[in-house]
Amino acid sequence: MARKPEVDRRKFLTSVAVAGAATAVASEATGAAVDTTQSQPPKPSALRPSAAVAAAESAVPAALPHAEGRPGSDFMVDVLRSLKFEYLATNPASSCRGIHESLVNYGNNERPEMLTVMHEESGTGMAHGYSKVAGKPMALLFHGTVGLQHATMGIYNAWCDRVPIVVMVGNHLDAATRPPGVPTTHSAQDPLSLIRDFTKWDDQPGSLQAYAEAMVRAYKIAMTPPMEPVAIALDAHLQEHPQNGEMLSIPKLTLTSPPQGDANAVREAARLLAAAERPVIVADRAARTANGMRGVIALAETLNAPVVDQGGRLNMPTSHYLNQSGRGGALVGQADVILALELTDLWGTLNTFVDNVQGTRTSRLKPNAKVINLGVGDLYIRANYQDFQRFADADISIGADAEATLPALIEAVKAEMTAERRAQNDKRADDLRKAHAQGRERAMAAAVLGWDSSPVTTARLSAEIWAAVRNEDWALVSSDFFQSLWPHRLWNMDKHYQFIGGSGGAGVGYGLPAAVGAALAHRSEGRLVVNIQSDGDMMYAPGALWTAVHHKIPLLTVMHNNRAYHQEFMHLQKVGNWRNRGVDRAHIATTIRDPFIDYAKLAQSMGMLGIGPIEDPKDLAPALQRAVQIVKAGDPVLIDVVSEPR
Amino acid sequence: MMTQIGNYAACVALAVVLGGSGGAAFAGDAAKGKATFVRVGCYECHGHQGQGGVAGLKLAPDPLPYETLAAFVRSSSGPMPPYSDKILSDADLSDIYAYLASIPKPPDPKSIPPLNP
Ligand code: HEC
Repeated sequence: MARKPEVDRRKFLTSVAVAGAATAVASEATGAAVDTTQSQPPKPSALRPSAAVAAAESAVPAALPHAEGRPGSDFMVDVLRSLKFEYLATNPASSCRGIHESLVNYGNNERPEMLTVMHEESGTGMAHGYSKVAGKPMALLFHGTVGLQHATMGIYNAWCDRVPIVVMVGNHLDAATRPPGVPTTHSAQDPLSLIRDFTKWDDQPGSLQAYAEAMVRAYKIAMTPPMEPVAIALDAHLQEHPQNGEMLSIPKLTLTSPPQGDANAVREAARLLAAAERPVIVADRAARTANGMRGVIALAETLNAPVVDQGGRLNMPTSHYLNQSGRGGALVGQADVILALELTDLWGTLNTFVDNVQGTRTSRLKPNAKVINLGVGDLYIRANYQDFQRFADADISIGADAEATLPALIEAVKAEMTAERRAQNDKRADDLRKAHAQGRERAMAAAVLGWDSSPVTTARLSAEIWAAVRNEDWALVSSDFFQSLWPHRLWNMDKHYQFIGGSGGAGVGYGLPAAVGAALAHRSEGRLVVNIQSDGDMMYAPGALWTAVHHKIPLLTVMHNNRAYHQEFMHLQKVGNWRNRGVDRAHIATTIRDPFIDYAKLAQSMGMLGIGPIEDPKDLAPALQRAVQIVKAGDPVLIDVVSEPR
Repeated sequence: MMTQIGNYAACVALAVVLGGSGGAAFAGDAAKGKATFVRVGCYECHGHQGQGGVAGLKLAPDPLPYETLAAFVRSSSGPMPPYSDKILSDADLSDIYAYLASIPKPPDPKSIPPLNP
């Protein structure tokens, strides 16, 4: 490499910056002193930059040598290309400037294409939503330390939701050569320790070859169930300096096959299921792909067993008669064998918890009920954060990927089931069909309550959206828990990609960016993507709206605007009641009033069509029809709807 | 950050309507009751129209008989927090009841196009 000690580029830029700052302060002080002697009030003017400041901000001094040789970060781009990243979301950062320049000028901003995000948490949320739809990670490129600090909650959400994302952060490792001042403040000896409790693997490679190996390993590990976030720190020196002639190679990516259940354990589970009188299947994140959903359906049909879909993904079509999620608690209570597939919370499934003063807990289980736990939860677990939930008993515990294990389990159940049992199971079908139909009728009867009232009910909001999109190839990219699960109750969700669950970690601020990222992944499939967006969640980092406009990501966002952090509002109400002192002040610091936020204007300010606020439910259908046309033409739209709390 | 009140299964179970009868004309003031229903937070979990959802049961139309409703509101020990007469007077509660009893029957779901696409 061509290092010229007489003009060290880094030192040059940093020292002029420091000198510039000092100059600016001095001239400001002088200016103020002069003004006091004048009779005229001073004219408003921007602070004139000194020549040194101007140079530091923009100029490349003539004396600066151009870096010679092939930059290390060009090779890093080759590595990203080899892993076939389509997108890389970034919030620009000086510690990443080497690779940023390579992505733009060497990589031509293609594969990966850079996405500009306005907050690292937005980037992480985008990667999270994207990954669940695309089935592969998006790359993220952030500042170490401050950028990573912004990103952490989003990474925790992805961790809890078992979603692979690949986080890269810039870092100046060598204390002797890194620039002083801000770059040093932003450096860390172990930057990824911040997220080590909720990433599956991380590394800070010390050479380009090690970078290539670390990235391929990271990708592979992230994509092996349990899929989780991984992180790599990119040394700025490694990025910015030319390759030193070493022979570099990029390892081949061979994805690890997902762990499949041990044959004996699977047979044991099949025996229990095949003999069960009242089996029930409970699934949370069992269906990663269309195959996963096919597996859940096939197992349920083989047993004629009801399925309780807990909604971490779409595990069972809502229109299938064996989807009996609406009576989940009761079904678990009546079951003699419970098959748990990739649950977040087995304990919470087998027990009830009432959030009253005592925090009442009771087991739902019938005596002698057997529990089969199939999932990757036991295969990778950390100690600090408690997302693994309370420990629960199981009679058979299969540490394996449910989706990969279902085919073997289905075959084993078929082999174990007697003709007599099969005939008995088939008799259940009529009752289950009836119960499913009744559930739908009850939902319809409940949906009309308050139909014409304002604020708009969440049932009407959901029904009107469904009417507007049902004839398209649509996907809902938001969780519907806060909308009283109306989409699950009223819509026919039949394809695995039509619903992708929620944040995983319940860290608020996930909704908007995840929707934008998911919409990006759906874009190439030409799907009409709907995001029902909570107002509180939106305001953590509304800049994701701008990212959607900037990158032309079609997305229909319908605000469920209840003008509150409503979950907390209800918590406050409870505690006030319990303490028997005042029930009319729970809105303090839990609501978003005085003033109300105009979300349509917020969208408009970022170049997005914003409609609303809609208060009369009659205005909803025409607004949706208009919006759907615009989204189909390729643009994002936001409709603000002043809505019921839940 | 937020925690969810209950899990998915528990909340779906909550949505099961417990049924009820009653809703006869009542002495309270429905207009005042509507405001009180909001002021003391019933709407937070039950919705402005008492329609119910994941956080609270349906209350109207056809509310439970007044005595049953009042007894429940005063002494709930489950997921709904109780309201003693110190924080919600009998007069306020009967106004709330009058409001709930005044809520009209909803349209027939079959008559609503978006629900029958
Ligand atoms: C924090 C949420 C919350 C608030 C606030 C709240 N409720 Fe409830 N309410 C619930 C829940 C949850 C249930 C179901 C209780 C159960 O299953 O034990 C319920 C049940 C009821 C029931 C019984 C309904 C039936 O059919 O069995 C009545 C009546 C009721 N609430 C009235 C009220 C009134 C009146 C207010 C205001 C004074 C109120 N609630 C405030 C959450 C709430």
